Amino acid sequence: MNFFSEENLEHAKVIIRRYPKPRSAMIPLLHLAQEQSGWISNDAMVEIAELLGTTSAEVLGTCSFYEMFKRRPVGKYVVNICTTMSCALLGAGELMEHAERRLGVKSGGTTADGMFTIEGAECQAACTEAPCLQVNYRHRYRVTPDQFDSIVDELSSTDHDVPDHGVLSQVRQHIPEDRFVGTAPPEDVTSAPVWMHEQGSDQ
Amino acid sequence: MTGIGGTPIPHAPGFVANDTPRIVTARFDYEDSYTLERYEATGGYQGLRKALQQTPEEVHSEVRDATLLGRGGAGFPAGVKWGFCPPGVWPRYLVVNGDESEPGTYKDRLLMELDPHQLIEGCLIACYAVGLSQCFLYVRGEMAVAQERVAKALNDAYSAGYIGKNILDTEFSVDIILHWGAGAYVVGEETALIESLEGNRGMPRLKPPYFPAAVGLYGQPTIVNNVETLSNLPWILEHGAEAFTAIGTESSPGTRMVAVSGHVQRPGVYEIVNGTTTFRDLLYSEEMCGGIRNENQLKAFVPGGGSAPWFTPAQLDLPFEGSQIGPEGSMLGSGAIIVMDETTDIPAAALTLTKFYAHESCGKCVPCREGGPWLEQILRRIVDGLGTPRDLDLLFEVGETICPGDFPHAAVPSRGIEAVPFPYRMTTICFVGPSAFAPIHSALTLFREEFEEKVAGNKNRTMIEVAVDV
Repeated sequence: MNFFSEENLEHAKVIIRRYPKPRSAMIPLLHLAQEQSGWISNDAMVEIAELLGTTSAEVLGTCSFYEMFKRRPVGKYVVNICTTMSCALLGAGELMEHAERRLGVKSGGTTADGMFTIEGAECQAACTEAPCLQVNYRHRYRVTPDQFDSIVDELSSTDHDVPDHGVLSQVRQHIPEDRFVGTAPPEDVTSAPVWMHEQGSDQ
Repeated sequence: MTGIGGTPIPHAPGFVANDTPRIVTARFDYEDSYTLERYEATGGYQGLRKALQQTPEEVHSEVRDATLLGRGGAGFPAGVKWGFCPPGVWPRYLVVNGDESEPGTYKDRLLMELDPHQLIEGCLIACYAVGLSQCFLYVRGEMAVAQERVAKALNDAYSAGYIGKNILDTEFSVDIILHWGAGAYVVGEETALIESLEGNRGMPRLKPPYFPAAVGLYGQPTIVNNVETLSNLPWILEHGAEAFTAIGTESSPGTRMVAVSGHVQRPGVYEIVNGTTTFRDLLYSEEMCGGIRNENQLKAFVPGGGSAPWFTPAQLDLPFEGSQIGPEGSMLGSGAIIVMDETTDIPAAALTLTKFYAHESCGKCVPCREGGPWLEQILRRIVDGLGTPRDLDLLFEVGETICPGDFPHAAVPSRGIEAVPFPYRMTTICFVGPSAFAPIHSALTLFREEFEEKVAGNKNRTMIEVAVDV
């Protein structure tokens, strides 16, 4: 009934220790679950609830608010085509139509082989490079229909460096034990931090 | 692209260097700008060293004297915001708002991907000055590369002794925790950001209290600052407030990053002089955008992110100075300029923004939750040629439920329409609801004839028909 792998469970505990209150680790742990299996199952939410000392309903409540969390399996590569203004002014609509034709699914759908999900997405902060898209949240700029086809070909081959859906940062934050200040619940902290005292300025 | 000056930088997608002073983008020229080695070799962490030789109050004063206006959208002076922490209430926290998602805005992602150490140094300076005992660096979920660069930078800075216990062998100790979002525009609103950081649905909190500096994360005093705002701090500490205020104007000193997208010759991210640069300089000068594409005419532009009321060529000579933009009916917001040329279908363009805000409503306030989708549906049927003349009034009626009274807009000198100054009144907690109406209001006020053309010949429906239709 354990969802997290041993390694991820250890990492989850490390993450929780970084916050004054465990519940703050909710979104990071949901990402960790999605990193492990590509989507977020009920089992994952039950285990996250246990780790955080809350209920699975609370976890579902948070999980269901955020668009990146998929509660059903999605493609290995989620292709988000930006449809907001800057991209729309420069051909995002045509790009979406082309993508739907090329992959044979409508926006929101997943190809039968489980390789691709396409979604119409909102502004991706690459507005000067319109139209843009993201593959598993990694940008591709000024994408023409031809380039879209090459992106699909590239992802269908093994010769690329885009990790599977669910993996965001491939670098984890690591805090050396001897440098970690640590944290406490806010109610346990009543005085100014030491450098404010030292300077005689605890106002 | 030929014939336009400025230097596009290949490893900084979209960024174009020009000859204005570069405060926050100075390292973008280097291909390894995001590494600790490059950062240290180019004056990195000198601002922090200078800060640690002063008292926290002295550092706070320096920032207050610099009049560093927040670069996230509201433009509130950072030094003043810091001062809102109630005395004697501990602990205090710093939350870094890296949840950049306002339509058209593209600068914080570049700063995080290309100069993460500059941001980290800014965080440390803020923590030292205000006595913030822990920092949470909230990066937008959909920015995998920014998360990687920031994570690597944090790891390197911890190992080098810049973050954590006894920073640079002083009494100053603070952790910076990388946190990230999961796809929700509204979380860019600072109280929603705090809710999200507490592990909740990202819904804005009821106001007052207006400032998280009074009641924020876990109910404690919390400073929420934007990535670009904090990225200015190392430079200010190193060179002094006076050098900062020597650039730009007295009320809007320094530089700011702007992203120009849409129908210009060269869309790009530019660092410009605050307060004095005009929209005409930005859009038409050869060293920046080089004019409108294909030598077309400019029709309209969004001056400050998707939420901002639109401007037309009549406002081109206004500078990037908040106190001048407000009375003219809009805002500078997050430094996002979206340009529409004469070929633009205005109602369709407005729809791309309204649909965004309707989609991003968190559902807490009824006028936004219901009104946004209504506005989107009505506008969509107009764009599809199914709207009626009555629909144009209906858009204003729905908008009135979100923003009662006069809504800000630009002047239209040719038709004798005067500007209505910013801001608006609102029935919602945050700006998402009004932002769904803003593009419609601007489009309908400035280009009503385009809407009339689309609905011409269509008969007004009866209530029953409307009900069946929807």
